[in-house]
Amino acid sequence: MQTTMKTNRFVRLFFTYALLLFMTVLIIYPLLWTVGASFNPGNSLISTSIIPKNPTLEHYKELFAGKESLQYGKWYLNSLKISIFTMLGSMITVSFTAYAFSRFRFKGRKNALMLFLLLQMIPQFAALIALFVLAQILGMMNSHWLLILLYIGGQIPMNTYLMKGYMDSIPMDLDESAKIDGASNTRIFWQIILPLSRPMLAVVAMNGFTGPLGDFVLSSVILRTPDSFTLPIGLYKLVNDVMGASYTTFAAGAILISIPIAITFLLLQKQFVSGLTAGGTKG
Amino acid sequence: MQHRTIAPLLSIIPGLGQFYNKQWVKGLVFLILGASFVVAFGDLLNMGFWGLFTLGTEVPRDNSIFLLAEGIIALIVSAFGLGIYYWNLKDAYKNGKLRDENFPVTSLKSEYQNLIGQGYPYLISGPSLFLLIFAVIFPILFSFALAFTNYDLYHSPPANLADWVGLETFAEIFTVDIWRSTFFDVLAWTVIWTLVASSLQVSLGVFLAIVVNQKEVRFKKFFRTILVLPWAVPGFVTILIFAGLFNDSFGAINNDILAFFGMDPIPWMTDEKWARVALILMQGWLGFPYIFIVTTGVLQSIPEDLYEAATIDGASIFAKFKNITMPMILIAMAPIIITQFTFNFNNFNIIYLFNGGGPAVAGSTAGGTDILVSWIYKLTMQSSQYSLAAALTILLSIFVIGIALWQFRRTNSFKEGA
Repeated sequence: MQTTMKTNRFVRLFFTYALLLFMTVLIIYPLLWTVGASFNPGNSLISTSIIPKNPTLEHYKELFAGKESLQYGKWYLNSLKISIFTMLGSMITVSFTAYAFSRFRFKGRKNALMLFLLLQMIPQFAALIALFVLAQILGMMNSHWLLILLYIGGQIPMNTYLMKGYMDSIPMDLDESAKIDGASNTRIFWQIILPLSRPMLAVVAMNGFTGPLGDFVLSSVILRTPDSFTLPIGLYKLVNDVMGASYTTFAAGAILISIPIAITFLLLQKQFVSGLTAGGTKG
Repeated sequence: MQHRTIAPLLSIIPGLGQFYNKQWVKGLVFLILGASFVVAFGDLLNMGFWGLFTLGTEVPRDNSIFLLAEGIIALIVSAFGLGIYYWNLKDAYKNGKLRDENFPVTSLKSEYQNLIGQGYPYLISGPSLFLLIFAVIFPILFSFALAFTNYDLYHSPPANLADWVGLETFAEIFTVDIWRSTFFDVLAWTVIWTLVASSLQVSLGVFLAIVVNQKEVRFKKFFRTILVLPWAVPGFVTILIFAGLFNDSFGAINNDILAFFGMDPIPWMTDEKWARVALILMQGWLGFPYIFIVTTGVLQSIPEDLYEAATIDGASIFAKFKNITMPMILIAMAPIIITQFTFNFNNFNIIYLFNGGGPAVAGSTAGGTDILVSWIYKLTMQSSQYSLAAALTILLSIFVIGIALWQFRRTNSFKEGA
């Protein structure tokens, strides 16, 4: 009895570690392969190996060589600018709106909540043509600010829902005692509700930052000139315009964007994981 | 006649009813508001509605699409105007009624305080509402309207006008052979893709979370960090990397891995079936970490006593898993799991960035791996079939909303039952 349990345990742990090791390889391999490709000489990937025989920095230099069709530095800044402003705008609009929906009972509240629920199911780029026409009417083709406004607007329904759910779980007593002490609504918002909503605010911030960073659809409709591109469009064009030809340069570009993002993500992980879990159980 | 009838009747011209109720300041505000609305938006409304009905009559003077856009803006503006107008009528009625019942009408001061108190939620959510209308509602209305026109390459400005055609485009989707077969092919693959890819990433994430969460496993932190990596790297980067790895001729999967095991290269990019397999595997890789993290959180929140009590009762590992772990995870994660399905249904990036929805299918505007959203994107951006794309958008939205509402209701009842 004792021994069968021991062998059982051993078998279970053996398979556990074998699986985890397999997953580790599965996850690390593509990433290492990209690192290797970025240091490989030449443009072709056929002779690429993870540990290059003659490593070179040529591709990293090429990114910043200032070619007309490859303005990596510019794309990088564009992406950062759009992501950061979308994140800030999203945090401000969403937390105020969620506060209104969580703490006040006003006319049209129920209908608005229903509308938000419906709108978050229709993908924003269902309205692709409209956004294209809108950009033309406003004369704002290639405008980053238009794109930022569209991203912020598009994120309002879902994030407001998440944030409102979280704020609902903060006890009303806190507001009421503050109100008795003479605090105004705005003050209650800044000093009580917002600090307590920090985990969900982190989720909203993450959505706000990563949404635009990963978006290809909207940005490809509105941004048409190489100097206005964001990283997704730029890198996609780099890989696809001359298929295979600039893959190693793309790999270098991919590394330079992935490493800072991944590190930030891993460092901040704790902040938003609790928000995600809370959002998950609250619905 | 009673005041409550006369006041709103007079207020048909905004403000007059308030004057009648001797509320001079408020009456003036309504009058000015009404007048400035007509002055500011009169032209827009006039032009907008004319454009909305006719979509233009003369080339090259009229641009049907711009007219349609202005028409929809006019609709939104008038909705607001009507809202204020209704408020004006209601206010006149309310104060008329107060006078009928010999109460004093509300004083300016109390109105003001009322406005500040009740207006607060509107004030702080106003900017969001404005953005929402501009960035989401207007575009959606516009797209929906397009579905009822014949706007395409041959009916586009400035050379030609578009026109209203009613339900013709919808009828064509189901009657023109090539469109119908493409539509049902794409829809079928979209459904399979959504179900298989989502189930794969969810079950992988849940399974790995349980595996890592076993008491005896060491280096938990290390493994958790590794397993989160696919989520930490930006998705578009990973997809493009995989596009390289899977490449038929120079990709490492064919050249290094399969060759190492002595297997023939697989046409990942050019064969429809293999491309689909590759996409599902990739989505599993990309999507499981999110589920993994959330499940880990849920697992850590399950009280240890439950398992101890079960052990005392002689429950096996599998019985504990089936009766404690699984139900806890399912209840806590039902909403998150549903969002995975809607996410994949609309997962444009992976399909388009991998190989553009390809391989191409002869005689069809959709490629072998195109899902509805990427097909719509292609119809819009590449073949200028705008009205067809818009009609498909409507069908897609109805489909998604229908399923989501049904699911939400099911999970709600599930939760209450548990």
